[in-house]
Amino acid sequence: MSDMHAHSVAYVRETMLPEQEPPSSAVGVTAWMRENLFRGWANSLMTVVAIYVIYKIVAGSLPWFLGGIWSTSSLAECREILQGATGGCFSVLTERWNQLLFGFQYPSEQYWRLILAFVLLGLAAAPVLFRHLPRGLLVFTGLYPFIAFWLIWGGTILAPLMALAGFVLGYVAFKKVEHQSFAMGALAFLIAAALTWWIGGLVSGAAPGVLALEPVPSRNMGGFMLNLILGTVCVSLSLPIGIVLALGRQSDMPIIKWICVVFIELIRGVPLITLLFVANVVLAYFLPPGTSFDLIIRVIIMITAFSSAYIAEVIRGGLAALPRGQYEAADSLGLDYAQATRLIIMPQALKISIPGIVNVAVGLFKDTTLVSVISMFDLVGMIRGPILASTEWNGVYWELWGFAVMLFFIVCYSISQYSQWLERQLQTDHR
Amino acid sequence: MSTISDPPAESFRLSQLINDTRYRSITFQFVALVLLIFAMAYLGLNLVQNLAAAGLNISFDFLGEPAGYDINQTLIDYTSQSSHWRATMVGVLNTMLVAILGCIMATVIGVFVGVLRLSPNWLVRKLMSIYVEIFRNVPVLIWILIIMAVFVAVLPQPRDFRGDDATASMVWGAFAFTGRGFYAPLPLFGPGSAVVVAVFVASLIGIVFYRRHTTKKLYDEGVLLPRTWPSVALFFVPVLLAFFVMGQPITLEYPALKGFNFQGGIFMRNSLIALWFALSIYTAAFIAENVRAGILAVSKGQTEAAASLGLRPNRIMNLVVLPQALRVIIPPLISQYLNLTKNSSLAIAVGYMDLTGTLGGITLNQTGRAIECVLLLMLFYLTISLGISAIMNVYNNAVKLKER
Repeated sequence: MSDMHAHSVAYVRETMLPEQEPPSSAVGVTAWMRENLFRGWANSLMTVVAIYVIYKIVAGSLPWFLGGIWSTSSLAECREILQGATGGCFSVLTERWNQLLFGFQYPSEQYWRLILAFVLLGLAAAPVLFRHLPRGLLVFTGLYPFIAFWLIWGGTILAPLMALAGFVLGYVAFKKVEHQSFAMGALAFLIAAALTWWIGGLVSGAAPGVLALEPVPSRNMGGFMLNLILGTVCVSLSLPIGIVLALGRQSDMPIIKWICVVFIELIRGVPLITLLFVANVVLAYFLPPGTSFDLIIRVIIMITAFSSAYIAEVIRGGLAALPRGQYEAADSLGLDYAQATRLIIMPQALKISIPGIVNVAVGLFKDTTLVSVISMFDLVGMIRGPILASTEWNGVYWELWGFAVMLFFIVCYSISQYSQWLERQLQTDHR
Repeated sequence: MSTISDPPAESFRLSQLINDTRYRSITFQFVALVLLIFAMAYLGLNLVQNLAAAGLNISFDFLGEPAGYDINQTLIDYTSQSSHWRATMVGVLNTMLVAILGCIMATVIGVFVGVLRLSPNWLVRKLMSIYVEIFRNVPVLIWILIIMAVFVAVLPQPRDFRGDDATASMVWGAFAFTGRGFYAPLPLFGPGSAVVVAVFVASLIGIVFYRRHTTKKLYDEGVLLPRTWPSVALFFVPVLLAFFVMGQPITLEYPALKGFNFQGGIFMRNSLIALWFALSIYTAAFIAENVRAGILAVSKGQTEAAASLGLRPNRIMNLVVLPQALRVIIPPLISQYLNLTKNSSLAIAVGYMDLTGTLGGITLNQTGRAIECVLLLMLFYLTISLGISAIMNVYNNAVKLKER
């Protein structure tokens, strides 16, 4: 080519030009900003508005936060120090943190028990949450409910020990009879466990002093701890009940199916607060005359019923999403209903329903604040009742509610983030 | 051994009841039924015994008795001499009021936020996801109480509007935002206003018919008639004409400061406003996620196909993306409405007299008829949710038919 044009063209480049840097507007921060913040006038306008909103929020809250007072004993004192300057009276948190977290009736020299129970909760939950941890830790998870009961409620260690023994003996009985049929095994479990609990009740009633911690009655529970207790207990109890309800609703047996459908729809159709009213004022009418359950136990019963109905619907979704072939494959292997459900159906159905179950769990944990309406002193109840009504702290809204928002946000947000992580971990369809 | 013999006629053994699949389901159902009947009988017996011990009976006669308490926000006439049944009705209407207001506002905010979460603007996207995460992860009860506290603490009291050195003033002389609640002008319908209302309704129907007509024209003959300005004209012109022809029969009653408080106009208590706002922004966070998921569920190919047909962006949104996204969005949206309605029972925390506040609150405490009150309360909510889920099933089936 160069030969042909050599006489007519003054200069022909024979080597490649070195690669040039892309223009500065197409790389780095500038390009990113052009792409994401200032693409077109509408987009730029939105950016300006967003920056203004952020500025307003920061300008409103930062001086209030930085100018905060952390060490006074009453609102009047705090206002005196502030002298009209902007600043939060965070001293309400430093002064009343124990009430916010543990309620106002739990003996303060026993707080170590609650803190220990909380730390152990993390340890017990870890092997369930993270599958790569050694499986042996699950033994501790199984023991945890009994330890936690002993730590939080106190009393003799014999009571939780006997409860545990009931489960262990029941399991042994179940294993002995299981080869006959699952139903017989379940029956054997119930008989053995009930027998042990009955004997255990006698034993622990006879020796109330064995390794006893100072007993704390349920009505003294309060603060954020009450929310945590209600949330954990009700979610863990409602999982098995929800599974049974979901299986019942999917069953071919019309009577069992309709019992489950009616229960689920009845519970899902009413707000939790009416169920709490039931726990508060109605449930006592349906118990044998003379018995009196703790309010907290009645509340646990109703919240568990509530959440198990929701969990049942989530798991039913998982069951319905399983391909028909899975059921048929299990049948063709000669597995009976209990085996097929336990080994083939449930593991897959539960995996599908994890996000839904976590949603229910988060929702339920948030709903535990509703107990403040039936005058229990959970975190919200503590803030509205003893703290805002006290003469020292009457009028501190932002600091207290901000603290409550922060606690709930931390717990719920981390649970939902965990669920998203787990979903990615369990993703087995290689799309 | 090629002969096929009949299976031996087995005699029925008792163990077949649990080991033979033919009989097992009957056994189980029988056991379940017996257990259920026993449980019911046990609970019922306890109930009868407890009621007898307390000298009570189950009766709904108390609903006819005078309630004896005041309700500070009512939609229908009510005095403390009205019956408990009337108080219950006030509660039902108040529940409906906050639920409907809440659903509308939650939808508006939710759709807005949901669309903005997909905005190309990074900052707006992040701001919206912070909003969604914060509101979703904190109990709605806390939001209700926070907003209530803000109203009481931040907004001025009616007395601040008084005098020459008033620290607060009314907006446009018509709206007053006070810590006790909001005051707005009340439309008064004088004689002849029925005509104006009728004309307004007729013009609304006219708009619908006109738009249908243009669509039909477009599909049948390919003639694109203008739609926007005739609709706007139909909306305003006849009604204004009727208004002035009839001699301005509809007037506004402005709230005015008299004594310690505002008089006249529409009054919305702070509890209603707080509940409405809190339920709206809380539910909106969930609706935003539904909207976002719905829009993302429409595959990108649909948008690209529409673009390759030469449709403009807003037509792509209206004609291609939204109809398909709505099919995904509406079922969870309706269950969010249901949640909002059920959450409105938290009104009791701020003293708004909805059904839970009247029937489940003061009536229950005054008459002591816990079982009857809670039963009625649950029946009401159950009716609403079963009704809404029936509608949802109808809708789902209607949508399903069109699916390929």
